[in-house]
Amino acid sequence: MTTKRMAIIATKGTLDMAYPPFILASTAAALGYEVQIFFTFYGLQLLRKDLSDVKISPLANPAMPMPVPMPVMVQMLPGMESMATMMMKQKLKKHGVAPLEELRDLCLEADVKFIACQMTVDLFEFDKSEFIDNVEYGGASMFFGFAGETDICLFV
Amino acid sequence: MNFDKEFDASGMSCPLPVVKTKKALADMESGQVLKMISTDCGSVKDIQAFADQTGHTLLASTEEGGKYVFYIKKK
Repeated sequence: MTTKRMAIIATKGTLDMAYPPFILASTAAALGYEVQIFFTFYGLQLLRKDLSDVKISPLANPAMPMPVPMPVMVQMLPGMESMATMMMKQKLKKHGVAPLEELRDLCLEADVKFIACQMTVDLFEFDKSEFIDNVEYGGASMFFGFAGETDICLFV
Repeated sequence: MNFDKEFDASGMSCPLPVVKTKKALADMESGQVLKMISTDCGSVKDIQAFADQTGHTLLASTEEGGKYVFYIKKK
């Protein structure tokens, strides 16, 4: 049996959208897949050593279930983003969903390869020292070198 | 059923039951049996799918008082 492969492009840096790449990558690795995640644009935020700035906003997020209906004028008030993030984290914890850091560590333990898009690292002037160590830097061609030979390729 | 090791994933949600079952199996010998306990109802389909795709054998899958219990024989 040849090893199956999966590639994911992670482009979002919000708390809700941070989960799918790490959930899918850690699961695929557990199933024996060889996995790479290519982090680009806001997805690069997920490579920071400190993930405490990864947040969720209720603003312009009409599908997010809220305990009480909240007008947009209220959602835009200072502190609402932090409150929504705190509530989401409490909900995740209550349901036994792993914190992002733990899922990311499980990916690394399972040899999921993380690639950071060099162009967007430069574009947003990210400091590589703020990223975790287990990151390779490359471009689209490098990604296709792996993605072209995969069984599953996802854009998140 | 006899088993060689037990892993209790109670309280954990997807993907932890599968990911940590894989880890629990890592240091076991071929042919040994892992007893896995989960409270996540998604585990019923997920553990079956895990076994199907990795070649381990799911010997039994039962529900006991709101907990799901699996016996997995390592390939």
